[in-house]
Amino acid sequence: MPAEFSSTLVVLPALNEEEAIGAVIAEVLETLPGVGCLVVDDGSSDATALVAARAGARVAQLPFNLGVGGAMRLGFKYALEHGFDNVVQIDADGQHDPRNVPRLLEALDGADLVIGARFAGEGDYSVRGPRRWAMWFLAKILSRTAGTTLTDTTSGLKASGPKAVRLFAAHYPAEYLGDTIEALVIAARAGCVVRQVPASMRVRQGGTPSHSPIKAALYLGRAMVALAFALIRPPAATGSEVTP
Amino acid sequence: MTLTSYIFGICAALLTLIVVIDMLRRRRLRERHAVWWLIAGILALVVGIFPGLLEWAAKLVGVGLPVNLVFFVSIAVLFLVCIQHSTELTKLETQSRTLAEEVALLDLRVRELEAATAPQQGEDVDGQSH
Repeated sequence: MPAEFSSTLVVLPALNEEEAIGAVIAEVLETLPGVGCLVVDDGSSDATALVAARAGARVAQLPFNLGVGGAMRLGFKYALEHGFDNVVQIDADGQHDPRNVPRLLEALDGADLVIGARFAGEGDYSVRGPRRWAMWFLAKILSRTAGTTLTDTTSGLKASGPKAVRLFAAHYPAEYLGDTIEALVIAARAGCVVRQVPASMRVRQGGTPSHSPIKAALYLGRAMVALAFALIRPPAATGSEVTP
Repeated sequence: MTLTSYIFGICAALLTLIVVIDMLRRRRLRERHAVWWLIAGILALVVGIFPGLLEWAAKLVGVGLPVNLVFFVSIAVLFLVCIQHSTELTKLETQSRTLAEEVALLDLRVRELEAATAPQQGEDVDGQSH
């Protein structure tokens, strides 16, 4: 659907991804003709911005590292300023296949926020042990909050519709895990419809997911704190930003 | 209490107040940050001048040893100052995050505008040379 592509902005938050990002951008522009492609260079110390610009993306450079949340809020603001209706977040390390994006955009028809889930039957991504239990537990609670079944709440592959873009441009959190857990809570509590579609993932290029029980416990602890505060915070002021 | 310790207490409280007020005067400290230090300094001065007040206050709240009330109030003041600093820090971080995002957006816009107007400028230069 080229019409939808032209009103869609693909945002790639990138931190020191000069090796992978060129190929990712090329693949995005080839698979999704007509989309806007914005790389948010989150204070990289390597040539990420240069490589991204050469590959044909628009590049916004943050003066210092803000984390995925800060980079994404910048992306949402850019989308709002330049008249894009939808924003798709893709990781710059190449673990997300851009061929999943049309399916995400289709699902935006009846939803405001669509998550590309890794465990929903596609691909061969798997996590074992305590980390898996932590993710399962989070998914259970967030499914209740969002009023839909979510199996992968920490996925970095997401599509936001116009309502979510307006909300996130003002309220996308920058804290640790804020871009996944808290953003979901904010969206659900602001009345956004959240959906999940299966998405295939590739093996991460750099780093491997941790299977250490201590790290998993720490992760779960921090995630629970993030979740608890997200739930007891006053809902985002949606009055002015969200009204169409 | 000896006269020396009486004078020492008053001097210490006065010194604190003078430093805080002088920094306020030179605008090196904003009022909102100085308020707890001013309250602490004034309390110390009052108690320094009238030690009887401290004993009365300690009896009033049921603290056996008056000096413990001093410790309690001191720690409470430090605690409040710390919390105030934490909230100020959070606010500053939020503001600097917003500024960083705005700077990045403006930077991108300027570069796009420059790229769009660059050929035009080239023509202008040619025009002037003729």
